[in-house]
Amino acid sequence: MTTRRIAVVSAGLSNPSSTRMLADRLAAETVKALAERDIDATVDVIELRDHAHDITNNLLTGFAPPALETAINTVVSADALIAVTPIFSTSYSGLFKSFVDVLDPDALTGKPVLIGANAGTARHSLAIDYAIRPLFAYLHAEAVSTGVFAASSDWGGAGDDVAPLAKRVEKGARELAEAIARREAATVADPYDPATYLGEGRSFGHMLGGLAGE
Amino acid sequence: MSEQSGAQAMQFGIMSVSDITRDPTTGVTPSEQERIKATLAIATHAEEVGLDVFAIGEHHNPPFWSSSPTTFLAALAAQTERLIVSTSTTLITTNDPVRIAEEYAMLQHVSDGRMDLMLGRGNTGPVYPWFGQDIRQGLPLAIENYALLHKLWREDVVDWEGKFRTPLQGFTSTPRPLDGIAPFVWHGSIRTPEIAEQAAYYGDGFFANNIFWPKEHYQRLIELYRQRFEHYGHGTREQAIVGLGGQVFMAAKSQDAVNQFRPYFDNAPVYGHGPSMEDFTEMTPLTVGSPQQVIDRYAAMREHYGDYQRQLFLIDHAGLPLKTVLEQLDILGSEVVPVLRKELAKDRPAAVPDAPTHAARVKATYGDGPTRQARPGANRGDNLTADSPYEDTPAPAGAAFGLGRKGA
Repeated sequence: MTTRRIAVVSAGLSNPSSTRMLADRLAAETVKALAERDIDATVDVIELRDHAHDITNNLLTGFAPPALETAINTVVSADALIAVTPIFSTSYSGLFKSFVDVLDPDALTGKPVLIGANAGTARHSLAIDYAIRPLFAYLHAEAVSTGVFAASSDWGGAGDDVAPLAKRVEKGARELAEAIARREAATVADPYDPATYLGEGRSFGHMLGGLAGE
Repeated sequence: MSEQSGAQAMQFGIMSVSDITRDPTTGVTPSEQERIKATLAIATHAEEVGLDVFAIGEHHNPPFWSSSPTTFLAALAAQTERLIVSTSTTLITTNDPVRIAEEYAMLQHVSDGRMDLMLGRGNTGPVYPWFGQDIRQGLPLAIENYALLHKLWREDVVDWEGKFRTPLQGFTSTPRPLDGIAPFVWHGSIRTPEIAEQAAYYGDGFFANNIFWPKEHYQRLIELYRQRFEHYGHGTREQAIVGLGGQVFMAAKSQDAVNQFRPYFDNAPVYGHGPSMEDFTEMTPLTVGSPQQVIDRYAAMREHYGDYQRQLFLIDHAGLPLKTVLEQLDILGSEVVPVLRKELAKDRPAAVPDAPTHAARVKATYGDGPTRQARPGANRGDNLTADSPYEDTPAPAGAAFGLGRKGA
């Protein structure tokens, strides 16, 4: 059995938060779907609310305070990301975008992502596809085709009867699990390793374009 | 007090970014003339209190004034006896390397070798388009331009073709470096491993900003530089030449320092309205407190980074008035730097090189023999018809002579 790491980013602002509730369901279901594929998975949940001040400080100073840096490293080194945000004014929350803004623009390249979102009513559900998905496309992350939107009513008896929340969670989780299973376990290149920035076995002469006779 | 010609284990100094910032306690913003003159007063006072180096940044937009570092540094060199004048940083991306070669060689002559420079890529995006460059080419520009600069100081006659600059055929950068020794170069970096690699490749100095970020960032960069310095055969990792930034504000009682500096910190363009001063001082080398606190913090730097050669402090920004900055210099010169010199000299391995000076580099190249004094040949208007336009070829080994152009 192999082991993979899933990072969960929850951008809910209240505590307790229905964003977090959705995030937890997506994570649990993904772990289950991976287990069925004989893959063991661990989950690290990052509540952006806990890092809100650090995220602002990072935007202003250019560096992440230690706790935020740990959170960022958890996300960028994970095998997959589950990203869940409330919908504000037709899009992801400002806190969610600010967190994305302190990540290196290349950090999520090729990473499987399951997008989740929640709002008061189902009328906001398309925000996943017209606002959040383009962000991950820009970052060259690989968001699975199902995004899971939860309206308040989905948590009770007035939810969607045709495609109930649990079914949609299960569908998205299965797609993410498949994307994880298709890939090798994630490795993170050390930016301070000459092989990373020069290329394996190369020296600075290559960057000089042959000036050093290489 | 050490002589400029004498060997010196470590150099201490100050660096300015040349910001003109409103004093948040008085609401007064100095004029450009006032701030330029104040910076000259600060720099000359640095020598008076026993510091070794003054370095100035380069900017091409308000609220900064230092668009022409060599002009300023020439004036400063003329008003001082011993101080090394330097930069922090000179923009290797948007300056023509030919102009850098010429201007800094001139500064080297008029300062009798009391200069060096630090190269950087710059942090103001629009400077690239203002000077006709593309910011996305920042790193390739830094690499190609320095390769040309390096050559122009070491070869009397240069043929050159690159990607970014118009080609050169038979070009001689004048004046030739003083005594045939190219100015010493530090490569400054905040986060870029390729710049540490570049410094190591040439065997030049590496300067880590060490101001804005936690020490772990700079530890990895310096470690990489040392490792690659050795890889390229310039010496052991301990023999690599490392400089560090730093940032302090001091008062006899630490609480006075905190109270006095807080309004400047809270409103400073670079970090104001972000983390609290307490958080920022914990996370970065900024130290606000008593001279002893500064000594303790900076004496520990070599535990983080290894023995190093140059320590520069930022002390004159964020709208601090001239009088306050001069007082800070008095404390640095009388209470802090003398102790740090002793502390950082303790158990310093013999293999660790002294801080670079022109005199030491002349000695390493020529011993006690005569140095190169470049004299143009008589009535020579072109460089294309002979090996060298200078009378004094061939060169002694190691001097910055032309290598002679084969087939010329």
